[in-house]
Amino acid sequence: MPAIAVSTTINDDTVEFLCQPDETLLDVLRNRLGLMGAKEGCGTGDCGACSAIVDGRVVCSCLVLGAEAEGRTIETIEGMANGNELHPLQRKFIEHAALQCGICTPGFLMAAKALLEVNPDPTETEIRFWLAGNLCRCTGYDKIVRAVQDAAAEMRGETA
Amino acid sequence: MRYERPQTIEDATALMAGAEANAFVLAGGTDLLVRMQSDAFEADLIVDIKAISGFDAITQTEDGFVIGAAVPSAALSEDAALVAAWPGVVEAANLIGSTQIQGRCTIVGNLCNASPAADSVPALVAADARAQIAGPAGTREVAIADVPTGPGKVSLSKGEIIEAVLLPKPEPRTADAYLRFIPRTEMDIAVVGAAVNLSLGDDGTISAARVALGAVAPKVLLVEEAAEALIGSNLDEAALEALAVACSNASNPIDDKRGTVEYRKEVAGVLARRAAQTAYARAGEN
Amino acid sequence: MSFDATFQNKRFNSVGTRPLRPDGIDKVTGRARYGADFNMPGQLVARVLRSPHAHARIKGIDTSKAEAVKGVKAIVTAADMPDLTDGDEALFAILDNCMAREKAMYDGHAVAAVAAIDESSAKAALKLIKVDYEVLPHVVDVDAAMMADAPVLNDTIFTQGVEPAPSKPSNVANRSEFGHGDVDAGFAKADIIVERSYKTEQAHQGYIEPHACVASCNADGTADLWVCTQGHFVYRQNCADLLGLEASKLRVTSSEIGGGFGGKTHVWAEPVALALSRKAGRPVKLIMSREEVFRASGPTSATSIDVKIGATKDGKITAAEATLRYTSGPYPDMWAELGAMTAFAPYDLENVKTVGFEVVVNRPKVAAYRAPSAPMAAFAAESAVDELAKEIGMDPVDFRIANVAKEGTRSSYGPVYGPIGIGPTLDAAKAHPHMSAPLGPNQGRGMACGFWFNFGGQTCTDLNISADGTVTIAVGTVDVGGSRASLSLIVAEELGIEYSDVKAVIADTSTLGYNDMTDGSRGTFSTSMATISAARNAIEVMRQRAAIMWDIPLEHIYWEDGHAKAAGSKHGNRAPLSVKDIAAEAGNTGGPIAGHSELVADGAGVSFATHICDIEVDSETGSSRVVRYTVIQDAGKAVHPAYVEGQYQGGAAQGIGWALNEEYIYGDDGRLQNPGFLDYRIPVCSDLPMIDTQILEIPNPNHPYGVRGVGETSIVPPLAAIANAVSNAVGLRMSHIPLSPPRILAALNAAKT
Repeated sequence: MPAIAVSTTINDDTVEFLCQPDETLLDVLRNRLGLMGAKEGCGTGDCGACSAIVDGRVVCSCLVLGAEAEGRTIETIEGMANGNELHPLQRKFIEHAALQCGICTPGFLMAAKALLEVNPDPTETEIRFWLAGNLCRCTGYDKIVRAVQDAAAEMRGETA
Repeated sequence: MRYERPQTIEDATALMAGAEANAFVLAGGTDLLVRMQSDAFEADLIVDIKAISGFDAITQTEDGFVIGAAVPSAALSEDAALVAAWPGVVEAANLIGSTQIQGRCTIVGNLCNASPAADSVPALVAADARAQIAGPAGTREVAIADVPTGPGKVSLSKGEIIEAVLLPKPEPRTADAYLRFIPRTEMDIAVVGAAVNLSLGDDGTISAARVALGAVAPKVLLVEEAAEALIGSNLDEAALEALAVACSNASNPIDDKRGTVEYRKEVAGVLARRAAQTAYARAGEN
Repeated sequence: MSFDATFQNKRFNSVGTRPLRPDGIDKVTGRARYGADFNMPGQLVARVLRSPHAHARIKGIDTSKAEAVKGVKAIVTAADMPDLTDGDEALFAILDNCMAREKAMYDGHAVAAVAAIDESSAKAALKLIKVDYEVLPHVVDVDAAMMADAPVLNDTIFTQGVEPAPSKPSNVANRSEFGHGDVDAGFAKADIIVERSYKTEQAHQGYIEPHACVASCNADGTADLWVCTQGHFVYRQNCADLLGLEASKLRVTSSEIGGGFGGKTHVWAEPVALALSRKAGRPVKLIMSREEVFRASGPTSATSIDVKIGATKDGKITAAEATLRYTSGPYPDMWAELGAMTAFAPYDLENVKTVGFEVVVNRPKVAAYRAPSAPMAAFAAESAVDELAKEIGMDPVDFRIANVAKEGTRSSYGPVYGPIGIGPTLDAAKAHPHMSAPLGPNQGRGMACGFWFNFGGQTCTDLNISADGTVTIAVGTVDVGGSRASLSLIVAEELGIEYSDVKAVIADTSTLGYNDMTDGSRGTFSTSMATISAARNAIEVMRQRAAIMWDIPLEHIYWEDGHAKAAGSKHGNRAPLSVKDIAAEAGNTGGPIAGHSELVADGAGVSFATHICDIEVDSETGSSRVVRYTVIQDAGKAVHPAYVEGQYQGGAAQGIGWALNEEYIYGDDGRLQNPGFLDYRIPVCSDLPMIDTQILEIPNPNHPYGVRGVGETSIVPPLAAIANAVSNAVGLRMSHIPLSPPRILAALNAAKT
């Protein structure tokens, strides 16, 4: 199969890569670009561990072709912190012990970031349904929901 | 395998018409890429229709709404006019998969995947929506119910692509609702789906109704007897019971990993009742 | 020096606080490296061909066409993995499970594997491997497998543990029995007897990270394996044994682990990856797909359990009896035995008898899953206990309290209990606001108890003090739930230094002595014991160094609050020496300062929990939803309470999923129908409420800080607690887990007629 040349923007950087026509964005990120923060938990869009934000919408990167990235704007977990300054969600996940094994954490963070961008003050129910596509098998979700609530409050300027 | 991203519908249909054996249209990809994971899957051509002008738009016309084939489901709920006009269609589309899936999946894809359990299809059928199809021989329109012909099968000819879904402008005091049953609260395929679209007359009785069921037959069912049970009533208990019985009787489901025949038949009636109550309340507010 | 592990009551400075986890930043930035996140130069991609049949004789495998595919570098079948197990049946089962030899024993059983330069070449080659199968009759159901006319999976299996020994082979590999007293006499004294049968379906651990490894074998017999595992030393031993490698020449490095819950205590693909690497002469990366994880890695047992319990009218249990049948997959194992041991563990019983039957079936080889075998036994026992309480007319908590085991009770499985937490968890449940909160319409409340043994085992830790006084500990138990933080707290506590001055790492198999795996809730229990021992050894070294620095006799120096202090008036005016002070002079006083420990951690304190849950049932659809959930569990001592809570919540969530929706569904053809997260339905975020926790601390007398394992017990009560809640919501006794909507609706309809 002839490879496809793709030019895209990932975490504010212009990135060019070659990929096979049937290669997923997840495989491109992990295998060609070294962005291994996105994880493959299922490959079928059921677990959310590969979540990335494409043109402002959170998607499963396992269900996007690499070729589709042409001209898009992509955010991955590697771009979430500003240098050494963690995003409030990242900080709150650590503070609330909202992660155990951590394999689902990058996906949860991307999805939660997308949530707070459209809904800065979500209810617990809204958080739970928005994050229903991100599976976590360790935490029972309790501390994850609390971390998102706390990060949202901080981002709204309600707590220190 | 080739990946093509045509800029016009003419190029897209030409690609599909001239394709080798296994050609697939790619919009949201949330079904297609899952199939691609399978070792048995083989594709020669994938035609990505997202670059075609207008395909990503929801347009309000005098006749209703035109929803482009590449509009992700999440965008439907962001269109206030569409939500106001067809809340059941939007809630059905918004039940497809997770937030992540919502960012990609389309109602046209949901239709063309031709799963008997597709969430948006019963709602579209109840809404009397139509599909606008482009092909090498020009464009045509068909009723949504006529697109799927069985599990995984559609009535499209070689080279044809659904460009858009056309939703009519609802009559006054009309509303729809969709409910599905899944074991969890999210992420499952519908075990049963029920859509009800109804209109109220001046006296508050139901003057028109369409009831459609999903996941209880090889393809979506439009249940005339169920509609008849509603028409002329004020959604009293007798009408609801007749509706439920009609839906249960019309259901012809299978036993599988998601539910049993008995379960699906019974719950089809339960959901139709509940959807009718929601639609009735909404219509009263319109 | 000898190490005294006896509990000593003390006030803690670090232990019991909630500092940030050391692996946190890596995990929130995507930098943490899991099984699939490692690469080697020249690495190949491996794919495994799996049986589509539940039971089939392999008459031949033709790989010639696959070998001809460009880019294919090696293909292995059982022929490339000769039997070196020397009569060790357990090891042979592992070998046969890694790569089917004479027969494919389940849908998904590996039959061949390919290593190629890329995914598409490997995939193309897989399609060209021709396997000649003779399909055989199969059986997947536990009760069906025990029938006289069931297809016999293995004609060398003659039921062990029965007299006289059977003359014919069967699918029942072993019978085990536990208990004491005379149950017949006990039942004769009972006023009321409840006798019921229960079934539970097979569940999977459902870790989000599929099994993944990178194997690199060299021609000189050395090899490296990077792998996500709960026990890299055990993996090393298994792989070395199966491949004929010398254990010390195989270095196994455990990656970050993306969940295990018992499922990563068993080798599946790693020996295959090593065999491919050895044959190809290049490193090989093998990642199981999610479908492969479900079809071919370890689920728990499916079970069929009969329970009979009798009690007097005033609420005293007179006898309890259970027969437990557990599937173990195609190979004999000891899962029913564990179920038989745990079923009645919370109670003080005069007459008790449990019998376990290990049943082989055409399903994947069962692996441990968090308190393996206990949840199903507890479901059966605690459902019957609840029903008995109701029949007697007693509150279910009071009835349990009236029969609860305590210190000195002879357990149903043999040993006499030391100080235990079951009574306190029940007392706490009784007093908990959840117990008296009003219920909404269509809601019911249930509660249940759970038990797990906890394990200790072989453990080895190195503690090194740097010249700046900061400390590293190298441990050999994989961190599955935050143990690096907990162990750093232990070091800080013992040495009297700051938590932030400690770094804990998981050492690979070449840099530390053998450690048993992280299972049996042993990670923090046993490694903290070794860490305390290592720290005390380091303190002893620091005392010696202080003696040199001060030039006074060693016996005049004692250690207190993180400092060496001089005793007595003669030296008492010397300013105490901190760890930093002593470390700074190490180069002049004898070199680097370290403490080591190698021990067998005995005396893992048994663990008990009581759970309370409220369920709302939609009686028209059979759908049930957890609306409130409370976990009360004894931790011995919670080293890092936030992570203890996390264990409680996570185990409860897994138990809730198992209770309500998770199950392996097989077709008539014996093929798994739902090998994916779409239809193997683990709880999603919107399925669950917040999960409240209450940590009790009844010190384990056999650990210096009183620590007990906390990881597993939390999955034991939920199946029963939820079944009891459903019963109270709709008046139905559900006897088949999971309580899926079709099962509940069918039961409701049956009750109407």
